[in-house]
Amino acid sequence: MKVRIRYSKLGKVRFLGNLDVTRIWERSLRKAAVPVAYSTGFSPRPRLSFGLALPLAAGSIAEYVDIEFATDVPLEGLASRLSEALPVGFDVMALAEKFPGQVSLQEDVVACDWELELVGMSQAQASDAVSGALAASELLLERERKGERSTDNVRHSIESLSIQSAERMVLAARLATVGRGLRPAELVGVLFPGLEDITETVRSVLRTEQWIERDGARQELLPVPAAVVAPTELVGA
Amino acid sequence: MRSPQPASVWSRLEPLLGKVQKPARYIGCEDGAVTPVHTDSKVSWLLTYPDTYEVGLPNQGLQILYEILNERDDSVAERSYAPWTDLETLLRRHGIPLFSVDTHRPAGDFDIIAFNLSAELVYTNLLNCVDLAGVPVRSEDRRPEHPLIGAGGHAAFNPEPLADYVDFFVIGEGEEVISEITAVVGEWKRSGRTEGSREHVLHALALIPGVYVPAMYHVEYDGPAIASVTPRYADVPAKVEKRTIADLSAWPYPKRFITPLTEVVHDRLSVEVFRGCTRGCRFCQAGMITRPVRERPAEQVRTMISEGLRRTGQDEVALTSLSTADFSGIEQLLTNVVTDPTSCGQPTSVALPSLRVDAFTVGVAGQVNNGRRSGLTFAPEGGSWRLRKVINKLVTEEDLYGAVESAFSNGWTRMKLYFLTGLPTEQDEDTLGIGELARNCVSIGRRYTNRASVTVSLGGFVPKAHTPFQWFGQNTEEELRRKINLLRNNVYKAKAVQMKWHDPRASIAEGLASRGDRRVGRVIERVWREGGTFQEWGEHFRLERWESAMAAEGLSFDWYVLRHRTQDEILPWDHISAGLHKDFLWDDWQAALAEHGLEDCRWTPCYDCGVCTGYGIEHVVASPIPPAGGSQGTGQNLETGGVVPVRLQIGRRLERAESQEPDDVAVPEPAPQSAPQSAPQSAGSSA
Repeated sequence: MKVRIRYSKLGKVRFLGNLDVTRIWERSLRKAAVPVAYSTGFSPRPRLSFGLALPLAAGSIAEYVDIEFATDVPLEGLASRLSEALPVGFDVMALAEKFPGQVSLQEDVVACDWELELVGMSQAQASDAVSGALAASELLLERERKGERSTDNVRHSIESLSIQSAERMVLAARLATVGRGLRPAELVGVLFPGLEDITETVRSVLRTEQWIERDGARQELLPVPAAVVAPTELVGA
Repeated sequence: MRSPQPASVWSRLEPLLGKVQKPARYIGCEDGAVTPVHTDSKVSWLLTYPDTYEVGLPNQGLQILYEILNERDDSVAERSYAPWTDLETLLRRHGIPLFSVDTHRPAGDFDIIAFNLSAELVYTNLLNCVDLAGVPVRSEDRRPEHPLIGAGGHAAFNPEPLADYVDFFVIGEGEEVISEITAVVGEWKRSGRTEGSREHVLHALALIPGVYVPAMYHVEYDGPAIASVTPRYADVPAKVEKRTIADLSAWPYPKRFITPLTEVVHDRLSVEVFRGCTRGCRFCQAGMITRPVRERPAEQVRTMISEGLRRTGQDEVALTSLSTADFSGIEQLLTNVVTDPTSCGQPTSVALPSLRVDAFTVGVAGQVNNGRRSGLTFAPEGGSWRLRKVINKLVTEEDLYGAVESAFSNGWTRMKLYFLTGLPTEQDEDTLGIGELARNCVSIGRRYTNRASVTVSLGGFVPKAHTPFQWFGQNTEEELRRKINLLRNNVYKAKAVQMKWHDPRASIAEGLASRGDRRVGRVIERVWREGGTFQEWGEHFRLERWESAMAAEGLSFDWYVLRHRTQDEILPWDHISAGLHKDFLWDDWQAALAEHGLEDCRWTPCYDCGVCTGYGIEHVVASPIPPAGGSQGTGQNLETGGVVPVRLQIGRRLERAESQEPDDVAVPEPAPQSAPQSAPQSAGSSA
């Protein structure tokens, strides 16, 4: 039996790396005494498969993991059992049985929603940058991977972009993940070229949704049930 | 009177964490961590490990005290670790003090900042942490609003190098004495910590058995030598005796293991199976200062393991002690742990650090290994039987080869052998003997697998206080380097023998801090002021800093590190007692020079080292019978003293009768006195 789980990563635990999160899940599943299936072979590992990596220090209310259980586990009450075993800042927000044949998280997701809190600039400055980027047909980004520098046009990776301003000024973006995709830090670099220290401009980064495509239409990977309130009090904490 | 400070530095720290390496080590949030409520009626302790979080978090002493202090209703405790240099720079730039990882409270807000001193090279980090806390580094400059600076741990057995910087030291085990310290400090806190009250609280602390307050003692010098150490008050003891808990089973800690969220050096459940060791290795400070042996009942060990695994979700447990194969009934215990159904039927592996060198031990290791056969580590320490008698590490070549044969034949392919160099009486043939042993181990291994390999790890010997080698003049850096090169040249052509060694320059600085007196404190302060933190880390250690600080203070390495000390000399730590008679240590030093080994007193009559008799305590073991294969028999005619002072755990009284008859106990092989001569027999010894 495989289960897909959506969970949050908020507050101080945002500073944990992806390998740390893997270990924490393995330990928490043992704490919760949920019978996880193990790989066979020389060094058995619990069968866990994580979605797209989250940048260090970014928060999220849309993290995903697929877990294979050794036996059938009742889904009723499982979310709270797991949340209790997980460290503070991690909460299970939704879960569902994964159907056989469903592809892996990494293959399935086509775009992510992000919220970036901007500081140290006026709203006009931010809005100008956003409208400028949306109007452009070409946005060039110089970046490096595996020691190779390349200059890519990343305009097509920006699916939507807006400034939402209430108490805080938030840059909301939907960024494609297919192909090389575009990371939030890269987006900021494209919008505001010449920044020396990105942390002076972006106070917090939050992943709010991951999207898949079915029959040409976008849908949430695993919607959060109406009864579950996202634990927003930790956002930006 | 104390300036109000924000209860947490988190909001100021958080923006910096995106700019430093491994920020997860500063967030706390671990399983088992608490969020204590600070009140005026509770004494607050900040337990600080003066090295990185990864090194400090697994420390059991700190975890034990953390839990005990938080269980009490008159104290709270949080934890802190030395920030890495990148964060330190940012903290100083932004005016943020050292903080606890539990609630990110400023260190200066605590009543006591207590440091764990597991080793000497962390001393400059202690000063740095005190300074980062906003507290004057010298005790004499502190005022009532400043926290008390405490320290404990093995290195505190020679507290003198830090005497001017640490307000009080705990000598020995902390489980009981922390409540007495809390009571005294609580009184001070309730009194309002008025002007001039620091002297009173320090005086009161000095009256607690096991607590050493350096400011209460006056040291007179006679040139480079110490003329006298005198208490400044009539009621302050002339000698501070260590604290020892009589019964380990009364302290089943940790119960709430602190499980880190990020990677640390030992990420596993640790359960202490016994404390103390009487194998009597003469170089080993831990074995001398933690006597007597006190085993934890096997039943309690099992409970702590199963509760701990359930609580933490860990999948590895380490059974810790100074020599875990010596635990009574170790085989049965391991069988129970490995087949324990409480670990959800999921793989649980067992780590056994500090293994003895013999075939029995390998059998034990094989029992717990879940089929994983990566590497196995043994520590013969000396390259010849003669030298091993000098250091009283009575491992015969048969023991070593038996262990190695057993390991290779059971599927292991890599052995690691630990040795010391720069030991008393060491000759080049002893050093070359290491190469011989390594090659012979490879030959044994090749009978079982072509992948057989042996790694020799060579450390420079640093004499430690309260050991029989405390009078020994440490080898110079040049001599250590010469011996390392001698062995390198000897093994570099040998097939499948690798060699690693410790920086002999670091051994010199460690030697200075290990046996220094109060005057060495200024050297440590200078090294710190010159930026010499994290001296245990190769990339940060520079001996030049220590050399120029020594020169500036007019002190010589020759006096503190390299010369042999005399019997009548007052040693800087003579007013600190681990319970060992100085006569016993001197006699043992002379026995070492006479190449005379001494059997383990757990299973032989008492040598009257002074600990059991002086403190009215005894060994606590489940069985008076030495473990199978635990060869420490030399076949020598040893002088014997009184009856074995063993207290058996309840339910084991029947075995007592057997313990009266030492002959029944012995399992020794006759000592192969000709061991060193056997060396040339092997091919390739002159490679």
